[in-house]
Amino acid sequence: MTQPNNNGSKGALVISEARRFGRFLLSELKPKGKLVTPFNVFAVVVLAITAVLLFIRFTQGLAATTNLSQDFPWGIWIGFDVITGVAFAGGAYVVTFMVYILRLEKYHSIVRITVLNGFLAYVFYAGALLFDLGRPWNVINPIIGNSFGVSSVMFLVAWHFMLYMIAEFIEFSPAIAEWLGWRRIRKFLGGLTLGAVIFGITLSTLHQSGLGALFLMAKSKIHPLWYSEFIPILFFVSSIFAGLSMVIFEGSISHRVFKHQISPKHHLEHEEIVIGLARVCAGTMYIYFFLKLLVFIHGQQWSYINTPMGYWFLVEVVGFVLIPVRLFTQAVRFRNLALIRIAAVLTLVGIILNRLNVSIIAFKWYAVEHYFPSWMELMITLGVITAEIVVLRWVVERMPILRNPPEWAQPTTEEIPKTRFVMKEGEEKQWAAINM
Amino acid sequence: MDRRNFVKTLGGIGAGVLGTELAVAQEQPEQKEFVGVLVDTARCIGCRSCEMACAETHGFPEPDASTDVYEKERAPSTLQWSIVNRYETEKGETFVKRQCMHCNQPACASACLTKAMLKTEEGPVIWREDKCMGCRFCMLSCPFDIPKYEYDSWKPKVQKCSLCWERLEEGKVPACVEACPVEAIRFGKRRDLIEMGRVQIAKEPENYVHHIYGEAEAGGTSYMYLAAVPFGGIGFRTDLETTSYPELSKDYLYAVPIVLTLWPAFLLALSNATRKEND
Repeated sequence: MTQPNNNGSKGALVISEARRFGRFLLSELKPKGKLVTPFNVFAVVVLAITAVLLFIRFTQGLAATTNLSQDFPWGIWIGFDVITGVAFAGGAYVVTFMVYILRLEKYHSIVRITVLNGFLAYVFYAGALLFDLGRPWNVINPIIGNSFGVSSVMFLVAWHFMLYMIAEFIEFSPAIAEWLGWRRIRKFLGGLTLGAVIFGITLSTLHQSGLGALFLMAKSKIHPLWYSEFIPILFFVSSIFAGLSMVIFEGSISHRVFKHQISPKHHLEHEEIVIGLARVCAGTMYIYFFLKLLVFIHGQQWSYINTPMGYWFLVEVVGFVLIPVRLFTQAVRFRNLALIRIAAVLTLVGIILNRLNVSIIAFKWYAVEHYFPSWMELMITLGVITAEIVVLRWVVERMPILRNPPEWAQPTTEEIPKTRFVMKEGEEKQWAAINM
Repeated sequence: MDRRNFVKTLGGIGAGVLGTELAVAQEQPEQKEFVGVLVDTARCIGCRSCEMACAETHGFPEPDASTDVYEKERAPSTLQWSIVNRYETEKGETFVKRQCMHCNQPACASACLTKAMLKTEEGPVIWREDKCMGCRFCMLSCPFDIPKYEYDSWKPKVQKCSLCWERLEEGKVPACVEACPVEAIRFGKRRDLIEMGRVQIAKEPENYVHHIYGEAEAGGTSYMYLAAVPFGGIGFRTDLETTSYPELSKDYLYAVPIVLTLWPAFLLALSNATRKEND
């Protein structure tokens, strides 16, 4: 870079730099790769329909698009998008805990993609909450302090969502600085990471459990097999393996889709990472299952088992907790990656079942007319997921998420423990073979 | 005076001062008492004058006056804050007026993160349009399923009985109470109403169930009911908590500041403990 020799040329330099930056941003906004792909066509169609439906929703009210009723004030936009979506996004706080607090450096290469996933999940799925709010323009009321409803669990959840999004953004921000080539800012942002991680884990502990605590006052409306005063703890513990299962599931996809971005070294590392995550999943799932059992026995709920809701409870707890945890254990022992992925998918289904049971299915199980989502609610949910994937892909293809950061941004000691990967014997040959 | 005596005297004076302070504090519990309504379902004739008066007072369309409405059990709606249901019982037809119960410690108000739903000092639970963000957590939390939502509006309101809060401010009684031709609904201080209910039961023990619904349900409500037949048979839930509903999430909320202060310290310590020496 040329040194400016007087003030005039300094100004000119700033302008030319700004122009260069503007051109860079414009060029980055353009899509990369082929435009007409099956996914792109699908995404455009889904997003277009979603936009139309959202227009109807905001001009004609919730009844025009949803099947919500006086008996069922919360549908899948809350039960799935927010409550299940946030559990799935739990991977970010678990992985940052493992890497920055326990300093398990092995997992370092998945931090960025996991944090990005978590951040986008919060932005989109918790953001979808705005579609559900009857008066979304008042959403700032609990924030700006003209009326703090501090006795409300919802107040806590709302604040934590907002603060956690900021914390995750800070955790992720070094990648943005690297993308834009802002070296000094990158250094500053990197220094904030540990603080953001600690803050983020604390917030996650509270709002993951808080989403369960929302249902504490609905005691007379939730089937006793799903209601207990331990809902917050159950929600928190299950968010650990829900998040990690999502990391495993998502990783198996992104390693295929973004193959060109991932260095062979990381490919080899990934197997170890997946097995490690599966081990943590198995451990927390055993704890979760034990807690479930404890609540069940303590609540003297045997009498409910031989009823339709009882069978449904067994489907959830045996079919989608006990079986996947066994699969995880087996798969870890035999280092079977395919089996780990199957277990992860079963676990995710189990989390969907659990969250939907508490919020919708076992909620007013006695109602004559039970809520079932309309196609428009499902469509908008699909639109939200699609939008998230589109943005995720845009970011991954531009910023150093899966690929290595630029040379100049190699992490300093304070912020990120360096990945020290040593190839085992034989693996070097394997690597060479991949590179052929 | 030696030192020991001095200390003793000082202590005595201190205790005396303290004693009087406490006594003063005890003498001033001049809190406002909650008002309420006592509904005597044994006396109600099902004329629905209360329904009509309610709709008129709050600017809702006039309810269908025909007795056909009794064919189905109704709940309050976005257009009717108060409705009357008819039940066939062993003691003949029984009519039950239903509306918001105005709990002493309402689940809806403690659920509200913007204080749009508010328990007033006088007792009525009211909803404030400019605060509400429409999360419907109040509806989820209310054990009586009272708040109703205008799903068909782009600018929806929560609709529920306000115990004629505006009329009370003007010194009037609720519209439904005023309209009742047989004094089946009586307005007063909640404590007086409980006494009246007890007296009524004691006077005609064979004509009443010996229970005032709402005295203990959900931790106590401002609307309370007398009945000639068990409450379970006339549309009331009898499986509700007798402590207030906000109690159910209180423990969780108490744990929040503890986690919020201890967690970061613990995590920071752990992070330092695992720091590698050569880093």
